[in-house]
Amino acid sequence: MPEVAVREITMAEAVREAISEEMRRDPSVFVMGEDVAEAGTPFKVLSGMVEEFGKSRVIDTPISEPGFTGIGVGAAMTGLRPVVDIMFGDFLTLVMDQLVNQAAKVHYMSGGAWKVPLVLRTTLGASRRSAAQHSQSLQAWLSHVPGLKVVLPSTPHDAKGLMKTAIRDDNPVIFFEDKMMFRLKGPVPAEDYTIPFGVADIKREGEDITLVATSSMVQVALGAATLLEEIGVSAEVVDPRTTWPLDEKTLIESAKKTSRAIVIDEGYERYGVTAEIASVIATGAFYDLDAPVKRIGAMHVPIPFSPPLEDATIPTEKSVFEAARAMCRK
Amino acid sequence: MTTESKAAVAGANVTAEKWLRMYRGMQMIRLFEEQVNELYTRAVMPGLAHLYIGEEAVAVGICDALNRDDYITSTHRGHGHCLAKGAAPDRMFAELLGKEAGYCRGKGGSMHIADPASGNLGANAIVGGSAGIATGAAFSAKYRGTKQVTVCFFGEGALGQGLLYETMNLARLWNLPVIYVCENNMYNEYTHFSETTAGEILARPAAFGIPAESVDGQDVRAVHATASRLVEAARAGKGPSFLLCNTYRYRGHHVGDVSRDYYRAKQEEQRWMTEKDPIRLHGEWLLKEKLATQAQLDEIQAKAKAEIDAAVDFALKAPYPAVGEVGEDVYA
Repeated sequence: MPEVAVREITMAEAVREAISEEMRRDPSVFVMGEDVAEAGTPFKVLSGMVEEFGKSRVIDTPISEPGFTGIGVGAAMTGLRPVVDIMFGDFLTLVMDQLVNQAAKVHYMSGGAWKVPLVLRTTLGASRRSAAQHSQSLQAWLSHVPGLKVVLPSTPHDAKGLMKTAIRDDNPVIFFEDKMMFRLKGPVPAEDYTIPFGVADIKREGEDITLVATSSMVQVALGAATLLEEIGVSAEVVDPRTTWPLDEKTLIESAKKTSRAIVIDEGYERYGVTAEIASVIATGAFYDLDAPVKRIGAMHVPIPFSPPLEDATIPTEKSVFEAARAMCRK
Repeated sequence: MTTESKAAVAGANVTAEKWLRMYRGMQMIRLFEEQVNELYTRAVMPGLAHLYIGEEAVAVGICDALNRDDYITSTHRGHGHCLAKGAAPDRMFAELLGKEAGYCRGKGGSMHIADPASGNLGANAIVGGSAGIATGAAFSAKYRGTKQVTVCFFGEGALGQGLLYETMNLARLWNLPVIYVCENNMYNEYTHFSETTAGEILARPAAFGIPAESVDGQDVRAVHATASRLVEAARAGKGPSFLLCNTYRYRGHHVGDVSRDYYRAKQEEQRWMTEKDPIRLHGEWLLKEKLATQAQLDEIQAKAKAEIDAAVDFALKAPYPAVGEVGEDVYA
């Protein structure tokens, strides 16, 4: 029998498909943000949605991130499920009060009386030559806040399943998409499926070293793993998929199995996602580790514009490969 | 009696009932807040609270124009809004004392009381912070087609916050049923608003095309009449409005702010209390119009006092939450 071809779509298409399916299923779901309607966002992630759902559910806003994010919070509290679009992750700084002091705290402060089923989509990732205010990866800031959930899909398949979970979740969920991965293709089932939060995915099995990687760094880690294979090092690549809730068990078990771990995230290394995950592994797998857990994140500089400078600030296949080789003494 | 005059008498009774209800509502807030101050002074209440004394006519006049399922958002000075919208004083006091029986199971305290049953989306301790939530609730009502109206209460200090202008712009663009109620009690904490507020306040909403007007916030009937008109318009699909209520905070910024000479004169406070007290003014009007006797007003006050005393008693006797509850409710 001929094998059924697995459908491949891009990351952008997977996100769009997830939101569209949820909007067909649930009339309380709507999209709101800058240039989300006819423009379909600058990255064209939402192209065609306004044609299907109309301008009452795919809503263009003024350039007022705190204003429309706040409206999202109020709408979520009163029976709707907004998907708020913040064009660049760097603009999260503008909406921090609405996310951190309002959305994240409403359920707790009210003793559970009100809930905020809000999804905030935004981007992360450098190397697009967009300089310091359009290139940051600020997932650590939001992972720090009780009351928020933080999602970092690394494949089209994960993006679709995780987005559906995010929309159905009764809490504020921050959904980071790597702007450099929107055109990445991968197999995505056409049918409805969800991926639970707090469940890491082993993207590649290995024996000698664990590479824990998030979002944009999963492809980097997989590339490094291929290079490592050539020198006889078997690397396991583990993708936590959500920084909160965090699947500590899978991370620790992998590190115990391989006895070595490197954590890679595109956010700033200092006080970042890598620090938290490294601490989880160092604590949980201490007696099985052959080396201190290593962290690789963005350099502690604002992201520069000039290509050779920018490329020096973020982890690469080569830097991960070199670090892993050194750790494995190869 | 003719049918017409019967109807007139019935109408007059309804009117009397309404104005007496508002008299009682203001008394409840005043007595509630005096008890809050007492609990603070006796060191029974943890933390601080911001008293609404002097501003009662605003919350009562406006909330009486709303339905129970209409929404409000409130401020750090929120006890008055909360009571006027229909919350029970016993569970409010319990919240103020950090007790399990409180509206937020002790997790919110004075500045965060919320009550879905009375449409209270919550008090907010970020000045102007609830403008988004209020406008979002109005958006939601329009999206769901429910005809609910939202009132966003904030003090004049919030006029310095950008969020308010972003949401007013959006509310006008999208024609949302929200009323922005600015309670100008004249002081941004310890600073007179004239030092922080350029130009004319009403010119700001007007710039967005939002109908804006001001009212004497010490006159509950004027507040109520204006609010009723604005609520009606919002419900009829005419979009947002802005109501500036000129009022005065008799007490300090919070219960601990007792030496206020460095930012305002005692004579100024005295003048407002003697000449512009909303409860006394309304009481005198009820007597003059023969809608109530002094004995009736005294009875209203005595009953309110008894209810407040019982509520305090309930809260004092109520247990604290079990420490194990600290980790509950972080996520829904």
